[in-house]
Amino acid sequence: MQKLVDNLIASGAFGAHPPRDIIYAIAIFVFSLIVFLGIAFPFAGVVSWVERRVWARMQSRCGPNRVGPNGFLQWLADGLKHVCKEDLIPAESDETLFKMAPYLVILAFTLPWAVMPFSSDLILADLNVGILYMTSVTALTVVGVLMAGWASNDKWSLIGGIRSAAQIVSYEIPAGLSIFPVVLMTGTLSMQGIIKAQGWAPWTWFVFANPFTFIAANVLYISALAEGNRTPFDLPEAESELVAGFATEYSGMRYLFFFAAEWGNLFIIGAIITTLFLGGWQVPAVSSNPVVMNVLQLICFNVKVLFLVFVSMWVRGTLPRVRIDQLMSLCWKYLVPISFVDMVGTAVWMAIWPEGNWIAPWILMALFSAVIIVFLGRVLHYFRRSRMELYLSPTI
Amino acid sequence: MYFDFGTPLALAIIGIGFMAVMFGMQKLLAPRNPYQRKLTPYECGEPPTGKAWINFNVRFYLIALIFVVFEVEVAFLYPVAVVYMDWIRRGQRLYVLTEILIFLGILLVGLIYVWVKHDLEWLKKVPE
Repeated sequence: MQKLVDNLIASGAFGAHPPRDIIYAIAIFVFSLIVFLGIAFPFAGVVSWVERRVWARMQSRCGPNRVGPNGFLQWLADGLKHVCKEDLIPAESDETLFKMAPYLVILAFTLPWAVMPFSSDLILADLNVGILYMTSVTALTVVGVLMAGWASNDKWSLIGGIRSAAQIVSYEIPAGLSIFPVVLMTGTLSMQGIIKAQGWAPWTWFVFANPFTFIAANVLYISALAEGNRTPFDLPEAESELVAGFATEYSGMRYLFFFAAEWGNLFIIGAIITTLFLGGWQVPAVSSNPVVMNVLQLICFNVKVLFLVFVSMWVRGTLPRVRIDQLMSLCWKYLVPISFVDMVGTAVWMAIWPEGNWIAPWILMALFSAVIIVFLGRVLHYFRRSRMELYLSPTI
Repeated sequence: MYFDFGTPLALAIIGIGFMAVMFGMQKLLAPRNPYQRKLTPYECGEPPTGKAWINFNVRFYLIALIFVVFEVEVAFLYPVAVVYMDWIRRGQRLYVLTEILIFLGILLVGLIYVWVKHDLEWLKKVPE
């Protein structure tokens, strides 16, 4: 956004000798406010409604459909309800830490939006350490969750908080290592730089660049789900075992903020993977008008991200929860070695073909589409069969 | 630089300010009626026995230790990964690849050691 402000200053909109620092400060605040109140927080709210509707459809239920058209205003109603609830702080808790924990969790959700590349010009700040910044600020969540679990002075919270800390720090390793194949290939950490190294077409995306990046993309998605406390890795707040995990003692707004951050993090997970592996906002150059191009890029980026968000809801509606020993062995015995191999493999691949191999993307795409076609065939088969069963015995 | 690194600060202030406003609204709207029974920790309806601030399982410390080793390694690898492409373009590919492999090899020895010592298993078998 700095380019826009610089252009405005150069065009003389603020007089001949504008106070550059003050204009920058105001611009930063205005843009950040637009992103936070216009995109980040409404997304976290709306996605909570979307997710409940999607699960309901997957489990043959109705879902929330009373407030507003199709229940669309459910998230506002929930927010209002939480504002009107009593704020309880357990008498024996550590009050300072108890109050501080939601702030840290919300910070971990707010800060990544600074480097969110919506389109070629719509990015708050294209930091030269973009992806490193992204991984480091999202890791703040673990401090907040552990703090919440410990400060509550409740056994359920403690178990939830400690489990969550172990889970999030473990899955940070495969997530961090899976970013390296892309950094090796681009030689930059900036979000825009990584996107510009890819093209609009699937065969120029990094996910299909070589077999190792393809696996790295999948490993990154799995670890991101675990870091976001999503099913099948939602052990920290396992409702059927731990009441509400680290959030057991929280009520009212504090409880709401934990879950708003969790739902909002879905967008951030999707955006990281879209940026690194799925070509980000890249669209074919159909117009020379920058406004039209930016709108197209915005749509393209959001479609990709929202598809990944939908996949995570789908996973949550489908898979059961894993056990904690399975969770840890999946991370340390499978994902960490696999992501090591990915990294070394990409380095070797680049040493052999520095400019990339043109045949590998096509082979990978063919394999991937074959898997998708077989999968869709199965889905169609089961749809037909379940319909027929319903027809034959309507009572089930 | 000023613009770029001012943005995270602005977002942090906005996030915290937003929360402060919401908490203020809650103060105005929500009822306040605390009493002693309500403020006890939740333990499924039973009166709580003892505090929750106890020593917990040592396995979590082991995980944290292994994590520190690997996270430091990840941090060290970022600069290498960024300049790797330049080195390849300069025709030094074998040299730089060997160096990366040596660094990763040393770390891998650590992972293998932990693995062989059964510290990655959740249910650790006590040697007879």
